[in-house]
Amino acid sequence: MEQASPRVLDRKHAVPKIIGDPNDFLIISGLAGTGKDVGHLSQEAGIQFLMTGAMGAACMTGFGLALAQPERRVLVVTGDAELLMGVGALATIGAEQPSNLAIVCVDNGHNGETGYQPSHTNKGVDLEMIARGAGIQITRTVSTEDQLDDASRAIREGNGPAFIWARVNTDPPPVYKRNLDAVECKLLFRRRLLGQ
Amino acid sequence: MSEPAVDWPNQLYDCLRAHEVTIFGHVPDAGHKVLINRAYADPAAQSIGLTIESEGIGLLAGAHLGGQRAVLAMQSSGVGNCINLLSLIQIAQFPFVALVSMRGDFGEQNAWQYPMGQATEATLQAMNVRCYWVHQPDDVVPTVTAAVNAAYAANQATAVLLSQKLIGAKPF
Repeated sequence: MEQASPRVLDRKHAVPKIIGDPNDFLIISGLAGTGKDVGHLSQEAGIQFLMTGAMGAACMTGFGLALAQPERRVLVVTGDAELLMGVGALATIGAEQPSNLAIVCVDNGHNGETGYQPSHTNKGVDLEMIARGAGIQITRTVSTEDQLDDASRAIREGNGPAFIWARVNTDPPPVYKRNLDAVECKLLFRRRLLGQ
Repeated sequence: MSEPAVDWPNQLYDCLRAHEVTIFGHVPDAGHKVLINRAYADPAAQSIGLTIESEGIGLLAGAHLGGQRAVLAMQSSGVGNCINLLSLIQIAQFPFVALVSMRGDFGEQNAWQYPMGQATEATLQAMNVRCYWVHQPDDVVPTVTAAVNAAYAANQATAVLLSQKLIGAKPF
């Protein structure tokens, strides 16, 4: 297998650059690092629901939201291991083609939260190829600075589900203390989105 | 399976639509055939095939965040696939309605179905999902109504267990 390019991007720079204004999206994050990425960027002042568990549920939660809110753009930001734990979701999303859903997989090649054990993507697993094989046609692999702006555009295009494989180095996510009260987060999300 | 005297599969679908359910996540099972096909044929509904039942947990949570009602239709074997992700439902008090067609239950002839079938109710209850059994065709609509109300009016997690007394046991 062809060796993937080295991981040079720092997630603290790359993730905000790809997402841009978080208020452009309804955002679902996976647990651990991506919750901190999104929380730090949005300060939870937008419309976001950040997981702190339920590993493997982020993409489908975003998909359910995309079905319920077809006029809004929905963004899932999740890690490589979280995504792989529910990888069938890519096939479900590929089969249904929600045009308002984008997924950014922040892949540092490790299970960071549990002690930086090397993950599957560190051993040759290509998530962009998996996403394309699942039927998602707008895909990008992002490994270098000059690819960030294009990825930021791709998640806003809206003519099909989009998948960004953002390969980053092992620098830690930003320090951010999330609201861990999931009921409050759910209610805030609905109040801000639905006025309920 | 012969046609039931009471057309509970169609009544079940009508009941869910009357309660404004618009998204139907499912892993196909013979017991849910009518529900799945009617959702596919219904222009006001979205029928979403899943690769594994656990996908339905996020689907329902996301639909609720977006202001729509969804249900998850699956066979009892699929309940086991959902266990940890039911954390999401419990921790955020998401409304949750699962329609579970039972296997490994009354009259089952496939031995492989018994382990999960017999563990279905205990598994759901361990994850704080309230279980409502249905054995008789006349009880389908009142039971589904109770589950939907518990979920959407009281933020409860519910499962309607459609027993093999209701749906029959296929010969092996």
